[in-house]
Amino acid sequence: MDAKDILGLPKTQLPLTQDKKSRPQKEPQRKPDGISREVYALTGGLAPLMPSIDVSQLKKRPPSDEKITWQWLPFTNSARKDDLQLYHWVRVVNGIPPTGDYSFAKYNKSVDVVKYTNEEYEKYLTDPTWTKEETDQLFDLCERFDLRFIIIADRFPSSRSVEELKDRYYSVSRAIMIARAPSPGDVSGHPLVKEPYNVSQEKERKRALSMVLSQTKQQERKDAEVLAEAKRIAESRKAARAAEEPELPVTSHAGSESADRAVLGDTVSPSLNVQLPAAVVAPSTSIMADSASTLASLRMLKVYLRTYALEQMVQAASSSAGLRTIKRVEQTLQDLGVNLKPKVPTKAVCAEHLELRKEILTLLNLQKQLQYKEAEGSSYRDGSYIDTPGTPKRSQRGGDQDRTFVPDSVSFGGDRVGKRDQKRKGPGRLSEAPSSPAHKRPRKMKASDL
Amino acid sequence: MQGENHPDPQDSVSAAKPQHLNFINITDDSENKGTIKRHKDIELSVPIVYGTMAFYLGRKASESQSHKWTVYVRGATNEDLGVVINRVVFQLHPSFNNPTRVVESPPFELTECGWGEFEIGITLFFHSDVCDKQLDLFHHLKLYPESESGPQTTKKPVVVETYNEIVFPEPSEGFFARVFDHPAVIVPRLPAGFRMPTITPLYIMNEQGKGETKNHPLSQWYLNFSEADELLKLAAARQQVQAHIVKLRRQLSLMSGLPESSNPSSGYECI
Repeated sequence: MDAKDILGLPKTQLPLTQDKKSRPQKEPQRKPDGISREVYALTGGLAPLMPSIDVSQLKKRPPSDEKITWQWLPFTNSARKDDLQLYHWVRVVNGIPPTGDYSFAKYNKSVDVVKYTNEEYEKYLTDPTWTKEETDQLFDLCERFDLRFIIIADRFPSSRSVEELKDRYYSVSRAIMIARAPSPGDVSGHPLVKEPYNVSQEKERKRALSMVLSQTKQQERKDAEVLAEAKRIAESRKAARAAEEPELPVTSHAGSESADRAVLGDTVSPSLNVQLPAAVVAPSTSIMADSASTLASLRMLKVYLRTYALEQMVQAASSSAGLRTIKRVEQTLQDLGVNLKPKVPTKAVCAEHLELRKEILTLLNLQKQLQYKEAEGSSYRDGSYIDTPGTPKRSQRGGDQDRTFVPDSVSFGGDRVGKRDQKRKGPGRLSEAPSSPAHKRPRKMKASDL
Repeated sequence: MQGENHPDPQDSVSAAKPQHLNFINITDDSENKGTIKRHKDIELSVPIVYGTMAFYLGRKASESQSHKWTVYVRGATNEDLGVVINRVVFQLHPSFNNPTRVVESPPFELTECGWGEFEIGITLFFHSDVCDKQLDLFHHLKLYPESESGPQTTKKPVVVETYNEIVFPEPSEGFFARVFDHPAVIVPRLPAGFRMPTITPLYIMNEQGKGETKNHPLSQWYLNFSEADELLKLAAARQQVQAHIVKLRRQLSLMSGLPESSNPSSGYECI
């Protein structure tokens, strides 16, 4: 039997507990105050789940003293030409409906298209290519379509291009304006009078735009390159011309070149006058010319520091070298135990330093040449096209022993061998590639021998 | 000053050897509107050393003044720079009173007490016959030694010096005449047949020897700058590089079977 009977508990408790259960079930189904029913429904709130929004966190609307009702009232629109009366809901405050025009009437803007009389047309506006009828039609369409010339051109009975229509419209308007003005000075400020519509220019401009739009990606890239080149040439020309002027500010040069300054290569714009262009476009411009013009520009200065002069000359000498090459030069200098900036920059020391840098550049260039040659040679040997039996000529001597030669090799002083080997991976990487065919070669010869 | 230097003997000298003495119009802000004759093929250079020397004050040190330091510009061989430099302006950190300090006579130095390291601006102004443009240098004041070896000593200062040379590519006649035999200035080998101009300097550097720093109290700490060391190293490096170049050229010519080209600039053209 029922446990409660045994215990003697009253049976009437059941309906009470049922009440309690149903009430908590009902609670979440009621819409909470503070937010509208729809918003609350977004949270999935009306279903019997734990509500995710804490009611107390919702914004309480400030209690207002006004009595707000909504009424269905008629209204008129001043933008309409007829007196159509429509109805809409209106927020009425304390029994007073809102005043004022229909709120969207202010957006009814239109263009003031000129209206000319027939006499005016005879006097000012006749044109050999346009009949009065066409002109009238044009102006009518302009009025109807608010000067949307694309639509006007589409609707125009005889086929005229947009530029022609624009031209006719603007020249007529301009003529009328000038004719009607009491004095020419009054209208001279008007943009139509100041800058009349230029048909040919417009046609050209639109043509150019469409060309740019239809450019292929490759063409775009080429254009960007050409522009960059042109900019560089222009800048180099400007710098070269400015370098010839005798009046040059010295202060910022010497200051920025001081050895104690940590900022390297601090070329502020005044020093642009003296600094020679880094980008040499014409391949025939030799390093000699750069150095000569740097020397000339240095002589133009009234006073300068030796370190500044050295830096300029170094820059001129490495003007055709890329950043990586310059870094390699500096690395070589360090490996040779030479300071990147001389500690005692006398004239002799600076000259030697400059010469050393130039020689290192030569060295690096020769190495590159060697590597290219070897790469060429190896591609021959791997022989996809040509089966050259004469390969032994290019073989071992071309470089097995000497191929391991890299600038930062052991021959340059004994210290820091470990470090150097690691660094060799960078610049010396190219040398690994040609050396691999060396291993392949013996095998290849065996194959061909068979 | 320059405009008054046109006595007749000068003209005759110029007539005899026209190639040395050329005319340059000076159209800038100096008062005189005359022309200044310059030596176009003589370059004068003044070797200088500038830097700082900082002493730890030890017992006398306080929070705000822990070091006593001197910033200076001296001749590299400790000669008097007053022949060339008119005044030096040291620009200190704004936390100093009157951070712009002007030193109008040699030795061009400034001593101060402080606790912080900062960049000092050093501007050199030259005499009017030397150059009307100033030269700006910068130097970072170092108070604390590199190695953290124990407590700081008051006996040995922390010295940081930089060597440099001020180059005047086309010195005026007056300037040249004044300094060509002064030990602070390096004068190159003069072109053959050059006649020393006979201009009497309009002002003589009085108090000879006052601006020298040879016997300066701090001179025992000055660093040595020997160009011989650097030259040797550079020469050795060049030799090595040249040897490698020769080797590479030989290799290249062997590979291509062409005669070696001995043109040194060929290396540039191919890349």
